[in-house]
Order: sequence, then C-alpha cells, then structure tokens
Amino acid sequence: MPIDQSVLDEIALSRTEYDQIVARLGRAPNPVELGMFGALWSEHCGYKNSKPLLRLFPTTGEHVLVEAGKENAGVIDIGDGLAIAMKIESHNHPSAIEPYEGAATGVGGIVRDVFAMGARPIALLNSLRFGPLTDARNRYLFQGVVAGISGYGNCLGIPNVGGEVVFAPEYNGNPLVNAMCVGLVDPERMMSAKASGAGNLLMIVGADTGRDGIHGASGLASRSFEAEERELRSAVQVGNPFMEKLLLEACLELVQTDWLVGLQDLGAAGLTSAAVECAAKGGVGIEIDVLKVPRRARGMTAYDVMLSESQERMLAIVRQGHEAQVAAMFAKWDLTSAVIGRVISEPVARIREGDAVVAEVPVDLFTDPPLYRRSGVLSEEVRALQAFDLAGLPDRPPEGMSWNDALLRLLGSPNITSKRSVYRQYDHQVLTNTVEGPGGDAAVLRIKGTDKGIALTTDGNGRLCYLNPHDGGAIVVAEAARNVVCAGARPVALTDCLNFGNPERPEVYYQLEACITGMSAACRALGVPVISGNVSLFNETAGKSIYPTPIVGMLGLLSQIERHCTIGFKHPGDEVILLGADLSLPACTATDSLGGGEYLATLHGLVVGNPTIDLDLEVKVQRLCIELIESGLVRSAHDCSDGGLAVTLAECCAAGSIGFAAAALGSPGRVDSLLFGEAQSRIVVSVAPERAPEVERAAAGAGVPVTRLGAAGGDRFRFGPVDLPVAGLAESWEGGLEAALAAGAAGP
Amino acid sequence: MKFGVVVFPGTWSDTDCFHAIDTVLHEPVEYIWHRQTDVQGFDCIVLPGGFSYGDYLRTGAIAKFAPVMTAVAEHARRGGLVIGICNGFQILCEAGLLPGALLRNQSLQFRCMWTNLRTENAGTPFTSSLSRGQVMRVPISHGDGNYYADDATLKDLEDSGRVVFRYCEADGAITPDANPNGSLHNIAGIMNERGNVLGMMPHPERCCEPLLGGDDGRLILESIVSGAGVAAGLK
Repeated sequence: MPIDQSVLDEIALSRTEYDQIVARLGRAPNPVELGMFGALWSEHCGYKNSKPLLRLFPTTGEHVLVEAGKENAGVIDIGDGLAIAMKIESHNHPSAIEPYEGAATGVGGIVRDVFAMGARPIALLNSLRFGPLTDARNRYLFQGVVAGISGYGNCLGIPNVGGEVVFAPEYNGNPLVNAMCVGLVDPERMMSAKASGAGNLLMIVGADTGRDGIHGASGLASRSFEAEERELRSAVQVGNPFMEKLLLEACLELVQTDWLVGLQDLGAAGLTSAAVECAAKGGVGIEIDVLKVPRRARGMTAYDVMLSESQERMLAIVRQGHEAQVAAMFAKWDLTSAVIGRVISEPVARIREGDAVVAEVPVDLFTDPPLYRRSGVLSEEVRALQAFDLAGLPDRPPEGMSWNDALLRLLGSPNITSKRSVYRQYDHQVLTNTVEGPGGDAAVLRIKGTDKGIALTTDGNGRLCYLNPHDGGAIVVAEAARNVVCAGARPVALTDCLNFGNPERPEVYYQLEACITGMSAACRALGVPVISGNVSLFNETAGKSIYPTPIVGMLGLLSQIERHCTIGFKHPGDEVILLGADLSLPACTATDSLGGGEYLATLHGLVVGNPTIDLDLEVKVQRLCIELIESGLVRSAHDCSDGGLAVTLAECCAAGSIGFAAAALGSPGRVDSLLFGEAQSRIVVSVAPERAPEVERAAAGAGVPVTRLGAAGGDRFRFGPVDLPVAGLAESWEGGLEAALAAGAAGP
Repeated sequence: MKFGVVVFPGTWSDTDCFHAIDTVLHEPVEYIWHRQTDVQGFDCIVLPGGFSYGDYLRTGAIAKFAPVMTAVAEHARRGGLVIGICNGFQILCEAGLLPGALLRNQSLQFRCMWTNLRTENAGTPFTSSLSRGQVMRVPISHGDGNYYADDATLKDLEDSGRVVFRYCEADGAITPDANPNGSLHNIAGIMNERGNVLGMMPHPERCCEPLLGGDDGRLILESIVSGAGVAAGLK
C-alpha cells in the first residue's frame, strides 16, 4: 500500500527518500522505524545537503585531537597537558517560536555537547540576529532570547564571555540564535560518544522522558518556517538548568573513573540519534527496551520515547558490572538513572517494548542518508547590486546631517552601539578566569595553573556574505581571526555555524557553496582548522531567505596571558597607527570600501556593492600585529570593521576615555570612504611615540602598508571633518540599544 | 584559620572561593557537602554563590532545609564565622541567621557588573583590614539582590552598625545611580547582632588577583584570616 504523503510531510522525508528506505531495508518500515528515519535523515542530523560541501573545510592540524564531525565537539591541544573542546550550534527555529525556552535550551544543548567530551565548560558565547527593533515581535524575540540565555547560562555557573547582536530586516520572523561552548579537558581523560563491547550497558540519566519536542530535528530544524507555526510553541522544549548543572557535575566526576565506555548527550532526535550515533561510531549494535526509560507522561508509545527531545538527558555507555557504581554516583547528585539496554555485536538498532521488537534497522542504514550535491547560481538580484555605481554617490553626509551627526548616528545605531545592556545580564566572570569580558574585540580567559590564556570571539556578517558569498565567507573567518589577534592571541582553531535558507533553491545553494569555499580559503591562508560545526538550513519565512549567515567561533592562544591587549587608547601622546593601508594612496579610500558597510545600510538605506578581501595582505597584517603585541610594542589594538575607521577610532577613544587628534593625512580620497569605508585587513594600534619608528620598520619588513593617523590625547575626537567631545561619542555609543528599544516601543 | 566552603546542588562559586582561599591566600580550605551534618573543625564557613537547588521557588528557600544548615547554625551559635556571598546571603536570610530578604532586582533583570562598595563598619571580623569609608571595587552577579527589611529592622541594623557595605560611587557618595538592584539604603552587605555572620551580594572571591581586573576582594578574605576582627567584633 503506498504511504500517505501527509505521513511523509510530518517527518520531512521526500517520496524518493522513502522509496530508498524501502529498497535498502527490503520492506516497508513500520511507523516507529519511519519516525527514526525521519529524524536521522533530516538535514539537522544527517547533513544531507551540506556534507559534500563541508568536506571543503580544512579539518586537520598538528594540534587537532578530535576533528570536526567525529564527536560531540572538536578538541585541540593547547599544551601543558590541556586541550580545548568547543562547538557552536544553532537553535533558530525553536527561538522563533518561543524565544526564552528556545534560546535557553540552545545553551543547554551546546553545554552537554562539551561535557559529553569529558571537558569542563569554561565559557559560553553566542551570536544573535533579529529583525529591526521597530517591530514589536522583534523586540519580544530579542528580549526573550537574551533573557533565556541569561536565565539558563547564569544558573549553570558558566561565564558568557562574548557574542554579537545584529539587526536586519532579513531576519524578520527568523531570528538566529547560535550558542557556543568552550571546555577545558585533560586529553588523557577525554570521553567519546562511542558504544563498544557487547554486553556493556546503556544507561539514561537526567530528566524523565516526556512528549516534548517530538520531531524537533525533522519538523522544526530542517524545513522552512511559516508564520502559523508560531502556534507550535508546545513543540519547543522547556529547559531545566538546575538539572543540567547536576548532570554536568555528575558526568565530570564520572569521567574520572574507568566505569564509562562512552558518553553522549540526547539532543536533536533524542534517544534515537544518541543511541544510533554511539553504535555507528563503535561499529556495534544496540538494543533498547523503551519500557525501561523513565517517563514523565502516561501512555507514551515507543515512537514517543524514541523521538522525544526532552532536555537534560545523557546516555552513558557503562562497562558491564559497574552499573551500580555509576547509578550511585548519579544518585549522589540526586539524579535518576536507569539501564535501558545494552551494546550488541550485531550492527543493528533493535528497539523493544518489553518482549516485542518494535523496530530493527541496520545501524549503517540509519546513518547513511542520501547526500545531495546541487548546482547553485548567483542570483540576478545580487549581480545587479554588485554592479551598483558607488562612485556615483555624492560624497556628502545624508540630507540634513553633518559628518559629526553621521558619526554619532552610526555609533548609536543598534548594530554598532555597545551591547552592555545585553551582556550585563550574563554572568561573565564566574570561574574567575575572565581577564577581558565582553565588549572588546575578543574575550580573554586565563588558564589556571599555566601562564597561558585563550581569546574567544564569534563573528558573522550576513550582509557581506549576501553581496559576495565567496569573499564574505572569507571575511568572516579573517575578521574572527583578526579579533583574537587584536587581543594578543594566535588563532588556532574555529567552530562554525552555517545559517542559510532553503538549499533546494539554486541561489541559496550557491550562497552555501560559495561561502564555504571562501571560508575554506581563509582557513587555509591563516592556517586555522575547522574543528567542529553545525548547519542550520531552511531559515526562511514566507518564501524569503535570511541573509547567508555563516558564524565563526574563533579560538586564539596566548602563550603569556599578561601580554594580552585591549582596544582602548591608554596614554596621551601615544601615536595611533593604522596597519594594513596607506591612506595617502587613492586606492585606500576608494568608494568600493563602502560596499556592504554599515554607513550605506544605516544612513542611506543601501545594501549594495561587492565587498572583497585580499587574503595575502590579511595574513601579513595579522602576523605583524601579533608580533607587535607579543614584543610589547603596542599599547592597544582594535580591528577596523563595522562603520569603518571613524567608528573604530571613536571606540578606541570611548573605551580609553581619552581623545584623538588626526594628523594631516594627505588623503586624496573621498571623505565618506575615509571615515566609514570598511576595507578589510586593517587594525588600529597605539604606541608610545618614541617607539613608532620601530612599528614602521617592522611593518616595512613584513610588507604591510601603514599610516600614521595621529595621536591619542585630550578630550575631543578630531578626524577629518569630524570634531566632537569624547563624552558625546561615548554617550551615543553606550546608549544606542536602550534608545532603540524605547523608540520602538513608543511607535512611529 | 581553616575555611569550609559549602556545596549545595546548584552552587557555582564554590570553586572560585576555594581558589581564592587556597591558591591566592594559601590558607587551609575544604569543601563541605550539603548533606554533611557536622562542620566542627572549621573556623570560617563560606556559603558561596549559585542557584542552590535551582532556586526555582525562592532564592535560598530550599537550601535552608539542607542538613548542613543545622550544623552551620550551630557553628554560628558557638561564635564561629560565617560569610554568605550572593546565594549564600540569600540562604542566610531564609535560614533566619540574618534579618530581611533579597527581592528581585528592581530592573527585573540579572546584573553582572563591577560595583563600588563603601565600608561602613571596619570593626568586624570581615573588615578589619579595611578602614571606615574605604571604597572597594567588587563585582556583583545576581538577579535577586534587592535587600529589603521592615522599617524597624532597618533602623536596628543602621543604629547598631550592622550595615557593613553599601553600594556607592567611586568617590564614596551614596546615590541611587550607584545602586545596581534597588536595595534599601543601598545595602550590599549586613551582619548579625553578634557580628560573626556576614551576608553580602557582591563577590569578593572574583577580585583577589589584579589579572582579573582588581584585587580589593582580598581585603575581606585577609580580614578574616588575620583573626584580628574576631576579638574586636564579637560581642
């Protein structure tokens, strides 16, 4: 009997995929099996659209201990018998429906991924996108997401040290909530999400299993999102951070014993994914009796139990004979655990309900979904935007504004303004490692017991990726690396979250492919491997895609924590030098640097141009900057990005509560490009005046163009035609977000 | 001076307090599990920050029933020192070892930020290394730090010098702007009548090393270690 289309729609499988299942299984799957296929063959679990492209990323390196895709998180060796485990993951669709719980459980999921590796989570970061705050629902989503991250993360006692918040109309109805977790692990005590040894036991621990979140992976995360689905709030799981904290402590105590073979978190697709993935990794089979799974609701079917996405649950693969000790350890932390099955040598996933077998499928069939390699095309719309005649724009501030006004307006705009009103809601200091918290280019944490530190940042730029997917992808990687470099750290590894629209559309597939290609090129140029990641496709509402938004979480390593660097100017009289550009050359203030920038988007309502990057120059600038910081030559360093040089310099002044006076630049170019152009590969440093020549010599040796911009000092900001008191700049920059929320709430 | 750091399920400042006492101050310290019923042998009990038992009902409302709290109360009755930080302060209020209560922050949001604290009473076992009026920079991290007590209690606290720390400006001025949570009289920390139990919302253990942005918190821990205040402060 042909299967009904509505059944397939519910689990987001195509008829062709269903036919493949029947052919490979040799029979029609029963409803439980089909539900499991739907989850495991979803984009979220099976990466069927993205896997062939993800192979483009460089994933190996001398210090990489666990490569991308092999475990719950990637791991990189940082020496001294320590390693860093990290991963970023999206929770976009649940957050669009129920912002508080969606964001909260996003944090919960990524934290479990990290402690499943046996790593102690030491930092959280995030990257958020919303539609403009003029819309009431966007304000609700923004405030709910921030409250959810705050509520969950603070309760866990893991510092939230960094992140970004960006607003653009393309995220209306489809916010992005990407959460990153970083953990510290002893490589000798690292865990694996691997089942092995027939007879070893599967133990579930943590929350009881309920009916919440069934089809989260296939239903919410792997297909387009329509407005009426807001009614699906009940499909979003509710988080219990206290339970998560208990699980975290219990699991980290357990990994110090030899009682566990493997440890796996129950995330998307719940028990189905956890058990099948563990079995696949170990080349074994598993047998589970759903009647043994502790439940929170009566009358749950095998289907419900296998596909529930109830939060705060872990699957432990326990060495036979040690189950009582493991249960006692969980009980010490007031956690309920139960043996629900065992490892078997036959490589099948066999699900029982008491004596009855309700599902039995070869493990490799579950984990081998069809992979799609499509062909993409650059949309005509973008082609036209790239060809826009930027040089034809008049070189003057927007109607009715002076250049002073334009800078103040940009500094106070939601995308550039200080995000202090957000991050003060996150505990960013607990665990007493935070040397530099949120607000700078990158957070800096010390590693106790060593002289080392790590720098962390998340970065993305959907607008640049939209206008030029290839170079936009490269820019995102380069900028993230540049940010940790400005903190004095050498970039060593990254994790990425690829947020895109529906890959079945050729123009979206083009974005995905080009972004990944560009990101890979930047990774290779900078020598930074991708050690973990996540893909979130189908981010679109009412047929309209979000901007292609790859987010990069970058890890940098400082060999000497005391040598870390911050963005603020320090001393009056210090020379301010721009690394990466000689502004006396016309090319360095050409109009193409305005393309895709905040100035055009915010003040002129224009998203146009063709942003590009020269990776050779980027590498040279970053190497030079890190050497200058490590040798103690520079006193501050700040990446020049959103809003261009004027905004960058103003931020250096605001952060240091000190003014700046520009030298005569002899710049032949346009004022708008000089002030607000966003040419890549530029870093503003400040240096004691007597040492400025050393910086110039080092730059010449490295083949990096530089410009002496002027000097720090006084209480005014003077740059080109701009002349403002620093206090005024700081006020605009500090208060922008609260002002935008208040203005939005007051209405037009 | 032997310290004991109590660990409830959901506590998260335990390791920070332990690190500050052990690695920074080089003083003896041990963890005390919440099910322990005996805390003899410890000179100072630390109730650290966190979300004990999730704090879903009301901060500290479940923790006060933990077996260890009977022993902590007994330790305080014997004159032993107890310092409750953040969630520890909330628990001390719930347990009746300190008067008043900690309400939701006036902003209705969690706040993690540096604050300035003015030392109002330097004659306590917790402040003997400080001087009256001395301003310290100490971070806060809480959603429920808005100290409240009825008028009579508040008057009693003020009249008897039991308001130990107040939120202030960098120059020591007590202003509404300097108050991060709406607490009455800008109160950041109080002690009991006998002067051996202190509760404070800010986190001194987070600022004991210059690398972390400041080390004023050491002054509080060093006061305890010196033991000098014990004789002066205890009635």
